[in-house]
Formats: sequence, structure tokens, C-alpha cells
Amino acid sequence: MAQYNYTPADFKSDQEVRWCPGCGDHAVLNAVQRALPEVADALDIPHNKFTFISGIGCSSRFIYYMKTFGFHTIHGRANAVATGVKCANPELSVWVATGDGDSLAIGGNHFIHAIRRNVDLNVILFNNEIYGLTKGQYSPTSKLGKITKTSPYGTVEKPFNPGELVIGAKGTFFARSIDAEVMLTKECLVAGAKHKGMSVTEVLQNCVIFNDKTHAAFAADKATREEHTITLRHGEKMLFGKERTKGLVFENMKLKVVTVGEDGYTIDDVLVHDAHESDTTLHSMLAAMKYPDYPVAVGVIRCVEDDAVYDRAVERQVEEIKAAAKIRCVDDLLRSGETWEIK
Amino acid sequence: MNNSQTTDLQDVVIRFSGDSGDGMQLTGTLFSETSALLGNGISTFPDYPAEIRAPQGTIAGVSGFQVHIGSRPVTNPGDYCDVLVAMNLAALKANRKWLKKGATVIVDGDSITEQNMQRAGFETLDPIAELGLEDYNVVVPDITSLTRAALEGSGLDNRAVVKCKNMFALGICFYLYNRPSDHALKYIDGKFAKKNPAVAEANKRVIRAGYDYAANTHQFANTYTVAPAPLQKGVYRSISGNVATAWGFCAAAEKSGRPLFCGSYPITPATVILEELAKRKDLGVKTVQAEDEIAGICTAIGAAFAGNMAVTTTSGPGLSLKSEALGLAVMAELPLVVVDVQRGGPSTGLPTKTEQSDLLQALYGRNGECPVPVIAASSPSDCFDYAFEASRIAMEHMTPVILLTDGFIANGSEPWRIPSMSDYPAINPPVVDQAPEGGFMPYARNEKLARGWAFPGKAGLEHRVGGLEKHSLRGTISHDPANHQLMVSTRAAKVARVQEDIPALKITGDDSGELLVVGWGGTKGHLQSAVEQLREQGKSISLAHFNYINPLPKGVAEAFAGFRKIVVCELNDGQFAGYLRRNFRQFEFLQYNKCEGQPFTVVELKEKFNSLL
Repeated sequence: MAQYNYTPADFKSDQEVRWCPGCGDHAVLNAVQRALPEVADALDIPHNKFTFISGIGCSSRFIYYMKTFGFHTIHGRANAVATGVKCANPELSVWVATGDGDSLAIGGNHFIHAIRRNVDLNVILFNNEIYGLTKGQYSPTSKLGKITKTSPYGTVEKPFNPGELVIGAKGTFFARSIDAEVMLTKECLVAGAKHKGMSVTEVLQNCVIFNDKTHAAFAADKATREEHTITLRHGEKMLFGKERTKGLVFENMKLKVVTVGEDGYTIDDVLVHDAHESDTTLHSMLAAMKYPDYPVAVGVIRCVEDDAVYDRAVERQVEEIKAAAKIRCVDDLLRSGETWEIK
Repeated sequence: MNNSQTTDLQDVVIRFSGDSGDGMQLTGTLFSETSALLGNGISTFPDYPAEIRAPQGTIAGVSGFQVHIGSRPVTNPGDYCDVLVAMNLAALKANRKWLKKGATVIVDGDSITEQNMQRAGFETLDPIAELGLEDYNVVVPDITSLTRAALEGSGLDNRAVVKCKNMFALGICFYLYNRPSDHALKYIDGKFAKKNPAVAEANKRVIRAGYDYAANTHQFANTYTVAPAPLQKGVYRSISGNVATAWGFCAAAEKSGRPLFCGSYPITPATVILEELAKRKDLGVKTVQAEDEIAGICTAIGAAFAGNMAVTTTSGPGLSLKSEALGLAVMAELPLVVVDVQRGGPSTGLPTKTEQSDLLQALYGRNGECPVPVIAASSPSDCFDYAFEASRIAMEHMTPVILLTDGFIANGSEPWRIPSMSDYPAINPPVVDQAPEGGFMPYARNEKLARGWAFPGKAGLEHRVGGLEKHSLRGTISHDPANHQLMVSTRAAKVARVQEDIPALKITGDDSGELLVVGWGGTKGHLQSAVEQLREQGKSISLAHFNYINPLPKGVAEAFAGFRKIVVCELNDGQFAGYLRRNFRQFEFLQYNKCEGQPFTVVELKEKFNSLL
């Protein structure tokens, strides 16, 4: 393990952070700056190889606050630009900062295709269920009926659940955190960086101005989070609650919340989280759990190693063909195939 | 075995036509390659429908391939044909208008049935008379049944047998123009012998059968030869515009030392560039077939940011989709080449037909003051040079560049004297390897006004760029009014400065006179033929053909000043003419325009020029 001994300060740019006071983005920035020193050492990535790409939206300003290579691109296209960066140079550690509008609406196509290809990107998906930078219109993750400036009588469209989308698109890594849980966010991001292939970490983030408390019902404070979220860790029982007496069992093809010791349920009935299972069924169900029927799942929900990592596959194919090629330079190319001489 | 009268010709134009599944593109290609190997000047023009297999026997499904061979260098595929091969009545009817007076017409006799007459929309039962072909040399061999007879006992099923009938027509043409069959036979072996030896054998047998049929039946009183053209010494190959474009990028990558990356989405008629680059993994080329046009350019922009020589390839509708991202590349000042193989528009338009109507989109089709160098190739083979040039300008000036070609030169092919890469200059992008004293300024500029290219991975050069307006040196976000004005002016000046780095305008013909013909891009072959033919008749006419559109080359006003009249000819409604009016208000620009999805004909151009002289 390399020892760069970076500190979060090594990743702080000289730019003044301009998110609103109280915005959840500050906490995500904090988590990322704490995660990178650990990632650098764990994966032997020097400072100059970290590259952050973003689209448009509040969260996409992220790259200006990172003292790394950064590219603030255009609305929705961060995942496409990042795919190009990573394919051009697979040695880089490429991160995408994007939001629910950026990646799930205007950039939905690039998002699902980057996942399908399993490009080795680390995507931080800020989900505040609103368009903040344009001052409060509903987003593709806004709850049905949400009243916003563009839905004054409530929305009439159902939201995406990003986890279901990622897993449905054959994603190999999906984690979820909450802005206030800085250490958990950091843990998810480090795991995502270590994962070979695309990692998506959704951070449920609060917009104090246009969608305040949208996640509050289950995430308002530590006590609420203990009761209404479940932190999944690979190999551990799916338990939650202050006393960790509530658990998830699988019954009648569905997940069910039970209390250990009640209704005949014992600790043995409670599921053990297997993030490495390649079958998507249970991961998808966990990602889809909604408050108040279920606790909201956070932590690394799915982490499946798959050799088919796009950028590496592109590079490997080039190397293989090159090694066996008859055409080795452009002069060879121009003279390949049928030619004739005029004397 | 050739016992007929043989005549020497300077020029022959042959048009092969049939249903889009009849293999006419292959037939035409084999005939032109054979002629190229004999040393003829060649130019070809595939003219095919947008549908892969339109209803059989209908006009909509007719696919054509025209080849012009000459005992002189040939600059265009010819307007009208000396020989039309029509595999059915629809092909005959659709191509009637392209016949030279008294041309030879070879129609498959088996296709002349009442049902086919109806499908092709004939009103009488005498198609020859209805099309007014009584005075033409119409030959009606029963190509389908003769093919069937030749393949008796071959063991192939009827479908496979009938598929060989295009080779019968090819055999006839080989006889008629005294071409050897070796190249075609070799090609067929290469294509089928391993996979399907029976099919290879059948195709070869049918070529010979067609040849022998023509030799034995006395239907062709005359045969012809076309002597080799006095071409410059050297090694030649046949090349299409799309392949030449792809190879030009490979050359620029080699000369710049930057790896080549192509992010693209398939679109007619540009797809072959992506297909060719996908094959070029042998030269280290990386290609991404993106999920859409936008991702095509965005992956390319990402690759450019990461230090690759990045290209994206498209046609008009795709360029529309790429506009916003192109603006990002302008703002981030990253090198990128966007190829637009123009086709008939607007919207889906005429996907397989040629036009030059994306010029203004290329020049102006973005939000904000967003200047981009625009250059245009003018023949299949010079696509190589202009792809190289576009890449050189992009990398040395740190700007996206639009390269315009069109369906006509992209699909057309011609013999190309193979250059040596030692004849091409090195490309020197302003790569920054370490921070200068006082710190790295991402938007500090060199004498070309190009900023440094400091890609991720280079220690000590970490910096941020993006689509928001930048501080003129630091590259950080700036909303300062004076800074925005400075940056708008600087981006314009940077593109204008490319003029210092491109050749001055050259005139074909005299530097002064009655009429100056002005063109740009893929119309060069036709314009040049028309102008040369009129000059041979002693007319006072010259040609100024543009490859550099933005910025325009030096010497334009001086060149225009030498002529009494200027006529701007283009396959659109006058886009370049309008652009020239904006830049040179002192001149009057006449126009000759056409939007038929077809190239100019030399005949119509000469007629127009004569009317102005």
C-alpha cells in the first residue's frame, strides 16, 4: 500500500465555496475530501491522477472546489465526457459529480449507458429531488404530487428511484448515503473507488432553499435515521433501530420488517447482506425500500466484481490487435490492400 | 476471341443500376477497380436509396453506381452515361434521364414482364418506345436465365443462383471494354472462397459466362478500349472520401504523437469513417460507438481534455445535436475535429444524397459568439489532406475545427497516388509538461493565441476548466463584464489568426478575365472540368475553389478584383455567396445553385457559364 499521506486540505482548491449556507453539498464535499487520501493510499493513485467531471446544476459546481484536474461540462453530459476521459487514459481516477436533474433527466441516456458499459467511473449522485440552480422546479426524483414552481397543483408523474435504475441498467456498484452522514458517505465513496467498474453513490441531500426537509421523515436527525434507515454492510445481518432489534426477513417473495423476538422471528430469520451476489433481485428490492413501509437502505447495496470493465477492455483490445498487426504505421496503412504502380 | 471492331475512346461513363439488393455497388466497384489497375483515370459515384431493400422492381428501390474512366486524369464521375446496365425496368426508367444520346442500354430481358412494367409505373406494354429509346443501342440479353443456365448443376439454390446475375452483367462490360477479369476473380476468391467455395465458383463462372456471351452473340458490334491515363509516376491505390478522412486522422495522430480517439454515432453517409477507425486498432486508435450524437462529441471532448487527438464524425442532423457540446469545446479551448459529411436536409432530408447546405450551420450554428475554423475537402482523395489539416489546426491552435465533406466525395472514389508520411509536417500541439515559474495559468496564450494543453496526470498542473466564462489567464469562473468582452474578442482573434497558417487562395486559369467561377468543397471536380473545357474553347474564365472557409485564406479580395463577373456555384440556396457578401461588400456575387440531392453536371455548368460570358 502506497503512503502518500495526503490530507483533506490537499484536495481543497482556493475557490470560495458558494453553495447556500446549510446546503447538503458542503457535507458531500467534506466527505470526498476525506475519502481521497484513503483512496490514494489504497489504490496507489497520486494526486495528479484524480480528475473530477461534472455537468450542470448546484452539485456540478463541485469540481471548482476540488484541487484536482476538473472539467465543468454541460447539462447532462458529465457521464459521456467522463467516459471519454477514462477511455483516453484509464490510469486516471475519474469522478463524476452530478445531480438528479443532470443524470436522471437531461443526461439519463448517458447515465444508463455508462452503467451498462461498466466504465470505471466513480459517480457521486446528489439527490435533492429538486432543480436548485434554476430555483425550484420538480425533478425526475420529486415525489408524486410535489408542488413546485412548475407543478403548482402537484406533479402527476412518478419519480425514478436511482438505485432501481442503476441496478436495472446492470450496474455493478450502487451505494446510498445521506448528506449528514459524512463518515458513511466517505465509506461508500472509498468502496466505490476500490470497485473496478462504474460505481454510483447516491447521496440523499437536502436543499434548504427549494426542497427543505425532503428526506427529513427518515433522515432528519440521528435518532430518526436509526429508526428509519438501515445501514447495509456486506456479511452483516440486516438489523436496524436504536437497539438493533428490527430486521429484514424475506417472506412470500417480499422483504418484511420484523422485530427479533416477536411473532416467532429469531435472529436466524434475519437476512445477511450479500453485496457481492450477482443476481439483482434482492439488491433491487433493498434499493426500492421506501419510508414509511420500510427503512431506507443506505451503505453499499450492490458491489459485484465483473471483469468486463469498458475502458480496460477497449485498451486491452487495442493492445492485442496492435501486437499482432501487420500495419504498424500510416505508411504501411496507405500501402495495404490493392495498389498499382505507374512507371 | 475478340473478333469485333475495336475503337479507342478517351472517356467512358458506365452506370450500373438495379434493385438495391442486386449488388450494383459491388459490380460498379469491381469494374472501376479493374480499370484503375489498367492505369485509367477514374471517378465513381454511388447513387443509392435510403432504404436497404425497398420493394423489388420499384423506382424507389433503384440503386446505381456510375463510373467514369478516361485516358486522362478524371475529375468527376461524368454527367451522362455511354452505357447503362439496368437489371430491371425500374432501373431503366429511373436512369433514362442520365443517358447520352444514342447510348448503349443493356436490360435484363427476363425482367421485361407485364408485372414489372406495372411495378415500374409504365403505362404501355412497350417500355422501350415509351422511354423513347428507339434510336438507342438497346440490348436485351436474358441475364437471369443465362445466369441460371451457366450455373446448372452448381448445386446452389435458386436464390443463390439469381444473386449471381450482377456478375453476368459485369462479364458483358468486361468484354465490351476489353478489361481482364483477373482482379474481379481474385476479389471473389478473397471474399467467398473460404466461407463458401460454391458461391465463389458460381460468381466466377458467371463472369466468364457473361464475357463469352457478349463475345459470341454479335450483339455488340463494337468493343472499346480506353488507354491508360498519363498519370504521375508512383504507387497508386483507389480510395473513397470516407476512408481517406479516417486515414488522414491516423496520419495526424502519428505526426503529433497524440493517440487518436473517435467518439461517434452511426449516421449516413458518415458511418464508414467510424467503421474504418474501428478497424485501426492496429495503429492504436480507440473508438467509442456512443449512445447518441451528443455522447459522440462529449466522449471526444473528454478524450481531448485527457490529451488525445479527438474526433467525432457525423452528418447534418448529428451536427445539430452536437452544437451545444461544440460550444463547450470552444469555451474550454480544446482541440477536436468534427466531421460533417453533408447530405440533403433539412431534418432527415435525403440521407443518401449529397448537398452543401450545412455551411451556415457549421459557421454559426451555436449559441453565443462561438467562432470555429471550418474547412472543406474537395475530392475523395484530398479528404486525407484536409482531415490532416483539420487536426493540425485543431491541435496547434487549441480549438475545435469543423471539417465539411459531403455524400458525393465521401462515397465516391478515385485513384490516389500514395504519399509518403515523410512529406507531411510534424504537428506540434502546445503541450505543457510542467508549471512555469510563477505558476501555471491555464489560459495563458502563445503567439497563435493558443492556450497550453495540460492534461490530467501531469503533476503540478491541476486546474479546472468548464463552460462558464473564464478569467483570461487563470481560467477560473469570471462574470466580470470587461473580462467577457476580452474573452469574446480573444476567441475570435484566435480563430482569425489561423489565416497566418494556411495557404493563400490559388486561381485555376488566368488571374483576370471575364468570369470567375467560385466554389467550395466537393463540387471542385465538376467546376474544374467545366472551366477547363470552356478555357480550351478560348473562353475567358477561371476558377477560385475554396477549401478554407473560416478563416478565409489570404488573397481573396485581390483575386476577385481581377474579374468582371463572379459566379458562386454551390449545392445549396446560396450560403457561401451570402458569406462572401458579408465579408466582401465591394463585389457583386452572382449565384448558381442546385438542391436536387445530385452533384452538378458539367453540361449544366457550362451552359450557365456560357450565358454569363
